[in-house]
Amino acid sequence: MSGKTLYDKLWESHVVHTEADGSTLLYIDRQLLHEVTSPQAFAGLRAAGRKPWRITANIATADHNVPTRDRAAGISDPVARLQVETLDRNCAEFGIEEFAMNDRRQGIVHVMAPEQGLTLPGMTVVCGDSHTATHGALGTLAFGIGTTEVEHVLATQCLWARKSRSMRVWVDGVLAQGVSAKDLVLAVIGRIGTAGGTGYAIEFAGPAVQALSLEGRMTLCNMAIEAGARSGMVAVDETTIDYVRGRSYAPVGALWDAAVEAWRDLHSDADAVFDAELRMDAGAIAPQVTWGTSPEMVTDIRGQVPDPAQAADATQRKGWEEALAYMGLQPATPIQEIRVDKVFIGSCTNARIEDLRAAAAVVRGRHKAASVREVLVVPGSGPVKAQAEAEGLDRIFREAGFEWRDPGCSMCLAMNADRLEPGERCAATSNRNFEGRQGAGGRTHLVSPAMAAAAAIAGHFVDVRHWPAS
Amino acid sequence: MQTFTVVEAVVAPLDRPNVDTDAIIPKQFLKTVDRQGLGVHLFEAWRYLEKGGVQVPNPDFVLNQPRFAGVQILLARENFGCGSSREHAPWALADYGFRAIIAPSFADIFYNNCLKNGILPLRLASDVVDHLFHEVRAAPGYRLRIDLPAQEVQTMGDSRYHFAIEASHKHKLVHGLDDIELTLALGDAIGAYEARRSREAPWLFSSPPARRRGV
Ligand code: SF4
Repeated sequence: MSGKTLYDKLWESHVVHTEADGSTLLYIDRQLLHEVTSPQAFAGLRAAGRKPWRITANIATADHNVPTRDRAAGISDPVARLQVETLDRNCAEFGIEEFAMNDRRQGIVHVMAPEQGLTLPGMTVVCGDSHTATHGALGTLAFGIGTTEVEHVLATQCLWARKSRSMRVWVDGVLAQGVSAKDLVLAVIGRIGTAGGTGYAIEFAGPAVQALSLEGRMTLCNMAIEAGARSGMVAVDETTIDYVRGRSYAPVGALWDAAVEAWRDLHSDADAVFDAELRMDAGAIAPQVTWGTSPEMVTDIRGQVPDPAQAADATQRKGWEEALAYMGLQPATPIQEIRVDKVFIGSCTNARIEDLRAAAAVVRGRHKAASVREVLVVPGSGPVKAQAEAEGLDRIFREAGFEWRDPGCSMCLAMNADRLEPGERCAATSNRNFEGRQGAGGRTHLVSPAMAAAAAIAGHFVDVRHWPAS
Repeated sequence: MQTFTVVEAVVAPLDRPNVDTDAIIPKQFLKTVDRQGLGVHLFEAWRYLEKGGVQVPNPDFVLNQPRFAGVQILLARENFGCGSSREHAPWALADYGFRAIIAPSFADIFYNNCLKNGILPLRLASDVVDHLFHEVRAAPGYRLRIDLPAQEVQTMGDSRYHFAIEASHKHKLVHGLDDIELTLALGDAIGAYEARRSREAPWLFSSPPARRRGV
C-alpha cells in the first residue's frame, strides 16, 4: 500500500462519520467569520432557536466593508455600516470573540488569523470566503464555504464534504531575484487554467516551495482557488513551526511541545501517490502580468497581449475577444507598453509585511509617475501596519506620493469607497481581474508587489528584475 | 428548502465560459443582511445599460428577450460560478426564478451553494450541452423537462440524457431536507469525536481567548 498524502492525513484526522455514498461529516477546528457572509447565517441560527456548538472555535473580524481612512469617523455608507454593526451585534449576542473595526488586531481575515496563531498546523479551517485556501500554507486543510454552510458549522462544528482528488504541484529550482510567490502561482494558473484544479486539493511542494517564507506560501495557497481548487496546502517544516511559535493564540509550554511533535508528521509520505502531478521549474519563471479578465489570461513581462486569431478554439477566441474589448487592449501590444492609471498594493494575497517590504525596496527614493492618479498601499492587518511603520516603510511610500491606509480588503473588491472609475487601468497585487471587480468598468492587471510598485514609478509595466537598485 | 423533483420549463442560454460570481451578482449587493430580493440584480452588469443616469434593460442580454420570459432553467458553459464563495449568487438565481443550471462543469463552492438553495446544478457532457445550445437557439419557447428522481433531462423531441449526482445530494434535494437537522441527529458521534480528539490533540481544545500577549 502506498503512503499517505498530506491531504489524506488532514482529512482522515477530521472524519466524524461517513455515509455509504462517501459523503463525509468532517470536523471543523476553526471557523473565521466576517461581515459579508455571516449575517444570514446568524439569522438562520436565531430563527431556529439554535446555539453555536463550540463558541471558542469561532473568531470574527470586519474586513470587506471597512473604510481605509478616517476610521474614527465611522462608516459613512449606511448599508455597509449596518452590515458591520450586525456582525458586532451577532458576536456579542452569541459570545463569539471579534476583532472589531477599531481593534488593533483587526485585519483581512486571512492575514489576521495566521498572524494571531488562530490558524494552527493540522487544523481544518473554514470561512465564508473563497480565499480561505490561504491558511493551507500552515499545513492545514482550509477551504471556503457558503453562508448556509457557515450556519451549519456554527450549529454543528461540522460540514458535509466529499474527499477531493489530490494534485501535487512540484516546483524545482530557485526563483530569480525579483520573482516572487505571486509570479509562481500566476504561472501555475497560466499552465493549468482557472478550472485546472477543480475537484482537486493541491499540495505545493518541491525545493522552490520549501525555500519560500510562510508569507510567500500563503500567497501561493491563496490563489489555489483561482486555479479552481478549493484548497491549497504546503507541508509543515521548520519555517512553519518558527512562524507559529510565540503567536498570541499558539499553544505554550508542554502543549506546544506536544503540538510540534504531532505537526512534524504533517507532510506527504515519500511513497504517496497523487491523482495528478504538475512539475514547474522556478528558474524559468519571469515576472507575470495578467492581460485579461480571468487569472489564466496571463503572460510574462517580456510578452505581449495575445491575438484572438491564434486562440485554440472558437470558445477561447470569443473569450479573448471579449476580454480585450473590456480591457481596451489591442492584440500584440507589448506588456511593457501598457500604462496604468492607478496602483493597488494590498489584499489577502499580498498585504503582509514581506509584501510591503518588497514594494518599498523598489520605491525607496523615487516618486510615482505624474500620469498615475492614485497609488493605494493597504496593509493586511493592524499588526502589519504597525510593523511597517516601525520599519519606516510608510514614510517611503508617502514620500513617493503613495497613500498609506488602514487595513482591510479595500480595492481588492471595492465594496468600500476605494475603487476604479469606468475605464481606469490598475496594476493590482490582489487575486481577481474579473470584469468590474475593482469597480464597474475598471481594468485590472494582476502582478506581484514589486511589479506593482515599479509600475507606479514608471507609469507602465516594467521588468522589475532589471529595475535599478536604489 | 424547496423540494426538487420534476421541473419542466423554458430554457435560456448564456453562452460564455467561466461565468464568475462577480458577474452573477456584483459586490455592491453583498452588503445586504437578507437572502431575498437579489433577483433584480442578477447579472446586473450585462443586464442593464446606463442611459442618461438611469438604468434600462439591455435588449441584447438574453434574459431581457421576451422569448425567455418565465425561464427556470439556465444553459451555461464550463466552469460556471467560479470565483468567490458568495451564496448571494445562488440566492440571486433562485430569487429570479431559476431552478436548475445545466453546464459541462461548475466551480466547486458554487455547486455546493446551489444544492443548499434548492437549485439543481446539472452536469452534462460538453457535446450534449453544445447540442442543447443549438436547439434552444433554433426553437423559440424551447423547454426541457428535468426529472431528478430518474436523473434524466428530457427534450420535447424526446431525447433523454442521463446525468450523475451524488445520492446524498439527490436525497436532500428531492425531500427538501435541512442539513443541520440531519447533522444534529449525529450529535453523539460529534461529541465522541471531540472527546477523542481533545485527548490526542489537546492544544486544539484549550480555550484560546484566555491569553493576550499581542504580536
Ligand atoms: S482581500 Fe480580497 S480576496 Fe481577500 S478576503 Fe478581502 S475581498 Fe476577498
